[in-house]
Amino acid sequence: MIKARVTVTLKNGVLDPQGKAIEGALKGLNFAGVGSVRQGKVFDIELETADRTRAQADLKEMCERLLANTVIEDYSISIAEGPQKPQDHET
Amino acid sequence: MKAAVIQLPGLNRDRDMIAAITRISGRAPLTVWQTESTLPDVDLIVIPGGFSYGDYLRCGAIGARMPVMRAVAEQAARGVMVMGVCNGFQILLEAGLLPGALMRNASLKFVCREVKLEVANANTAFTRGYRPGQIIRCPVAHHDGNYFADAETLARLEGEGGVVFRYAEGTNPNGSINDIAGIVNARGNVLGMMPHPENLIEPAHGGTDGRALFEGLLGQAA
Repeated sequence: MIKARVTVTLKNGVLDPQGKAIEGALKGLNFAGVGSVRQGKVFDIELETADRTRAQADLKEMCERLLANTVIEDYSISIAEGPQKPQDHET
Repeated sequence: MKAAVIQLPGLNRDRDMIAAITRISGRAPLTVWQTESTLPDVDLIVIPGGFSYGDYLRCGAIGARMPVMRAVAEQAARGVMVMGVCNGFQILLEAGLLPGALMRNASLKFVCREVKLEVANANTAFTRGYRPGQIIRCPVAHHDGNYFADAETLARLEGEGGVVFRYAEGTNPNGSINDIAGIVNARGNVLGMMPHPENLIEPAHGGTDGRALFEGLLGQAA
């Protein structure tokens, strides 16, 4: 099984009112030196496969088709490093 | 004139929409559940407002991936009129039938109030019942109505008359870019708008400013 984490964040230049509100609240808690805060989403996804190349391709398609709205959001995919089975190798 | 109203779990303005269409056209629309992969032969498809799938992930995101939306896209490509109001607008954007995105209101608050709308383009099938530049009253009720599109998309929309309704007289309730309240696709057969014209069609509603939209649309598709 492969465990992956997908992170979706608003693109630069897209106003993030929720991030702004959180930024204001952090400053209100007297944390010194808080700059800009941007809010995003994290998806932890388990895939029943050992094929990392295939998993990467599937995750990218999941992002494009559902997890992210690419009009306003960027995404990044990370696949957890772990014990590799013999057949699980990078191509 | 035949109309269909799409139904998804969590939509809650479908009955208002059905009542408005029935009252004005004299004929009740068909209703189509989200799992249907084909649509009856109709002249108008309406996606009403509400909170399909609880606005999970993003407003309209899950609803836009339901089987019925593929059928709506096919009908839109054939030239059938499609109108999405509020959550229906959000679903049309998520389905890629209209450009841009709707984000959380700039105030972060749910807004439920009456706004003023300018009819920015009266030369569409949806707005022919109004005069160009006419100011109308219309209720809004939403948490995610803050329209956004990149500069290139925005320039194209503005250039081709794609903006059909704009919040007027300082009543923009959500921070929408260019005060955009409703847009139409380049072909002119797909409209999305955040305000609720179906809630202002008879005097008991407190006004009838939404009526001309339905009269123009239902009359012409007759």
